Amino acid sequence: MSLAAPSVTATPLRRVTLANGLTVFVQEMRTAPLVSVWCWYKVGSKDERRGQTGIAHFVEHMNFKGTTNIPRDQVKGIIEQFGGSWNGYTWIDETTYLETASRDALDRMLFIESERMANGLFHPDDVESERTVIISELQGGENDPEQLLDIEVTAAAFKAHGYHHPTIGWLSDLEAMTRDDLYEFYRSWYVPNNAALVIVGDLDADDALRRAERAFGGMADRPLPKRVRTVEPPQTGERRVRVERPGTTAYLKLAWHAPAVGDPDFFPMLVLDAALTGAKGLNLWSSFRNPPQRSTRLYRALVERGLAASVFGALLPTAEPFLYTVSCTAADGASPEALEAAAHEAIEAVRAEGLTRAEFDRAQHQLKARLVFESDSVTSIAHQIGYFHTIADVGIYTSLAQRLAAVTPEDVARVARSRLAPARRTVGWFIPESGGAVS
Amino acid sequence: MSGAVRGLAPLQQRLDNGATVIARQTPTHPAVTVFGSVPAGSGFDPEPLPGLAALTARTLDRGTATRSSEALAEAFDGFGVSLSLGATRHHLTFGFTCLSEDLEAVLALVADVLRHPVFPAEQVERRRTSLITSLRQDEDTPALVATNALMTLLYPAHPYGRPVKGTVASVERIERHALVDFHAAHVGAAGLRIVLVGDVEAERAVDLAAAVFGDWDVPGGEPLELPPVTPPETRVERTIVMPGKSQSDIAYGFVSIARRDPRYYAFLVLNNILGQYGLGGRLGDSIRERQGMAYYAYSAFDANVAPGPLVVRAGVSPANVRRAIASIDEEIARMAADGVTEQELADARQYLIGSMPRMLETNGGIASFLHSADVFGLGLDYDARLPGLIAAVSRDEVVDVARAFLAPERAAVVVAGPPEGRPDQAS
Repeated sequence: MSLAAPSVTATPLRRVTLANGLTVFVQEMRTAPLVSVWCWYKVGSKDERRGQTGIAHFVEHMNFKGTTNIPRDQVKGIIEQFGGSWNGYTWIDETTYLETASRDALDRMLFIESERMANGLFHPDDVESERTVIISELQGGENDPEQLLDIEVTAAAFKAHGYHHPTIGWLSDLEAMTRDDLYEFYRSWYVPNNAALVIVGDLDADDALRRAERAFGGMADRPLPKRVRTVEPPQTGERRVRVERPGTTAYLKLAWHAPAVGDPDFFPMLVLDAALTGAKGLNLWSSFRNPPQRSTRLYRALVERGLAASVFGALLPTAEPFLYTVSCTAADGASPEALEAAAHEAIEAVRAEGLTRAEFDRAQHQLKARLVFESDSVTSIAHQIGYFHTIADVGIYTSLAQRLAAVTPEDVARVARSRLAPARRTVGWFIPESGGAVS
Repeated sequence: MSGAVRGLAPLQQRLDNGATVIARQTPTHPAVTVFGSVPAGSGFDPEPLPGLAALTARTLDRGTATRSSEALAEAFDGFGVSLSLGATRHHLTFGFTCLSEDLEAVLALVADVLRHPVFPAEQVERRRTSLITSLRQDEDTPALVATNALMTLLYPAHPYGRPVKGTVASVERIERHALVDFHAAHVGAAGLRIVLVGDVEAERAVDLAAAVFGDWDVPGGEPLELPPVTPPETRVERTIVMPGKSQSDIAYGFVSIARRDPRYYAFLVLNNILGQYGLGGRLGDSIRERQGMAYYAYSAFDANVAPGPLVVRAGVSPANVRRAIASIDEEIARMAADGVTEQELADARQYLIGSMPRMLETNGGIASFLHSADVFGLGLDYDARLPGLIAAVSRDEVVDVARAFLAPERAAVVVAGPPEGRPDQAS
C-alpha cells in the first residue's frame, strides 16, 4: 500500500504489514549515502503498573546490553564499523531504537533490531550495573531545577492517568525492580504485532521490504497484555505546587490539559502556541526547537517587560490528552508575583479576544517553515513516520500541512477559551532558597 | 551527492572589502542555512569587562538605524526565522535557517543587524538582565560550574581561562557605550565569513550575500593575538560544594593542541579511543559499562587557534566521586604507558572516516564544517582530503601524543556537587 509522501520527498511512503503483525514503512530518500532504521514499540511509561514505574525505560537500557547472537562484547563497534550512530529513547507513549549509518549497513541494522525484538539476554549482572547507571541518570536530572519542577507539575496535573509519573520512574521502584520483572515486561511488549519498523534513506524500496521480511518474518505474534485504560477525571479548579530547594533562579511553569494529537483541537492549539511563544514544529528529534518568538504574546508580556529572562511553550503530540505547558525563567531580581500575574493577564487576553489576523498569519507561516526545516535528514524523517504511527496514525504526519492550513482564527479563539481556562490549569513554582556554591 | 565521495566543492568568493562568502547548493528541501562570523569574540574583552562580546552579540538585533527592536522582531518572526547570535572565544557568530524563497529578505535583515545596530538603552538593560539570569543559572548547574572552574585552572593567565559570558559583576559594570565601541572596533567586513548552504544556486547565494555586504566599508578588527599557553606543571584539584544537588560532576583535563598542529589527526584518533568510540570509549567502558557508576563518561577536546582543553567529563553519585576519579587516572595512565592497540586504531579510523557522510548530511552540518575549515585555513577541498589524513595516522603517532599530553600528575581536576558521600536532600 502507498500513502501520500511527506512533502519533502519525491517517492511515496510504502507501508506493509507482515503476517506476524509487524508494520514496516519504507521511504526512499537519496540525498546522502545513508540509511536510518528505527524500531518502535507501542509501550511507554503510561503503560507501567504501580510499583514498576521506570520499567519501560529500564528495559530500553537493557536492550543495549547484548542478545543471543550479539554477545555483550560485540555490541561496541557493531554499527560504528559503518560510520554509524545509534541511540534510543523512552517516553510516555513509546519506546524506540535507531541506527543511522552507511547504506551498506542496512542488513546489519535490521539484524540488530530483530535481535533486540526477540533475543535480549537481560543478564542479572548487567541488570545490577545498569540499575546504578539509571539512578545516575535520575540524579543528574534532579540537578536541574526545571526538571524537578516539571515532575511536580505533571504529577499534580494527573492524579489518575499513567502520564502522572516521570518516565525515568520513582527511585524506590528502580531500586526494587528485579531481573524477572524486567524480562517479563520485555517479553510481553516486544512482539512484532506491537512494533513498527521504519527504513528511510538511499535504498530501493522493494529490496528493503524483502530484507525486512527476511529479518523479521520468522517471528511469531503473541497476544499483548491488557492495557491500563484509566481516564483522567476532569479538573475542576486550579492546582498549585511549589518546589523549594537551594538554587539561584526562580522558575514558573503553567500547565493545562491538552488535546491528544488525534483530537480536532490539536492543530488549533498548535497555532495558538505559535502565537503565544513561537513555532517549534512537531519533531522531538529535530535540532530546530529554538522558536522565532520575539513578536509573540508571551515574549512581549513577560520578557520585554523584564519579568522573565525566557519563555517556552510546549504542545507535544501524544496518544492521549497530555499537557500544554508554558515555562518561564524569572528574570534576575524580578518579582515572582508580578511575573505570574502578567502571564495570567496575557492568557486571559487571548481567551477573551483571540488572535489578530496578523498574529494568526505569522503563526501559520512559522509552522509551515518549521515543517520544512525539521525534515533535513533521513534520521529526522524516519523519526516522524514512526512517531506518528506509534502514537496515532502516520496519516497525520503525511497530512500535517493540510491539517494546519485547515485551522481558522475562530478555531484558535475557541480552543484558547475552552482549553486555557484557569480551572484547568496547574501552576508550579521553583523557588530558590539561598545557599550557593562554596569552593 | 556524498560530500565524502565527490567532495563538497563549494563556491568561494572574496569580496573587495575582504569579506569571504562560501556557498554550496543542496537540493534536499526548500531551505537554506547560513552560518557566519566576525573576529570579535570574548578574547577581545578588555581585562575588566569579561562578557562584553557576549552582551554585544545578544544586543545586536535589538534595533538598527532604520528598524526598531519591535520591527526586527516582527520581520524575523514573520519569516519563521530564529536568528542566533553569540560569542565564542575568537568570534562573534550568527546563524539562521530560512525558506529558500525568503533568503534575500532575511539576508538584508541580518546585514542590517551586523552593520547598523544602535544598542537602544532599554534593550541593553533587557539583554543585560537576561545574560545575568543565564549566568545565575550556570552557577546553579554543577556541570557548568565544574567545566568553567577547570578552564581557570588550566589557563590561569590566558584569555581562554576567562569566562566567555563574563561574570555577574562584570556584566553589571558594562555601560552602553562599551557595546557601541566594541562593535565599531571589531565588527566589520574584512574578517567577515559567511557560509550559505541549501536549496539555492551557489552563484546566486554569493550574489545575494555580496549585495548586502559588498559595500560595507568598515574594516573591523584583526584576528586575536594570544599569549603562549603555559599548562600546569603539577596536579591541581578543586572541589566546589553545591548544596541541594543530587549528583556530582567531574571535569578533569589537560591543555591539548592547536587546530593547525600537525599532530591534530593523531589527537583526534586518541580522543576517539579514550572517550568517544561506542558509548564513551575506554572511559565509558570503565565508568559506565563495567562499573555502572555514571550515565555519562566521555572526553572531548577543543583544538582551537591556540591549544584548547581536553576535558574528561562524568556525572556520578557523590559516594562514587573518588572511585570515578581513580578510574579516570587509571585510563589516562594506561593510555600514556601502553598507547592503543592496532585494533582500536583501525576501529577509530574507520569510524571517523565513515561518519563523515552523517556529519555532512544536513545544511547545518555542511555550513559549520565549511566555516571551520575556512577559519583554520584548511582549504575548500578539506572534506575530500580529511579521510586520507585520518587514514594516515599511525599507532606510533597516537602513542606519541598520548605520552606528550596525558599524565595524571599534571591533570587539573574539579568536582562540583553535593557534599561527597551522599546526595544532598537538605533544604
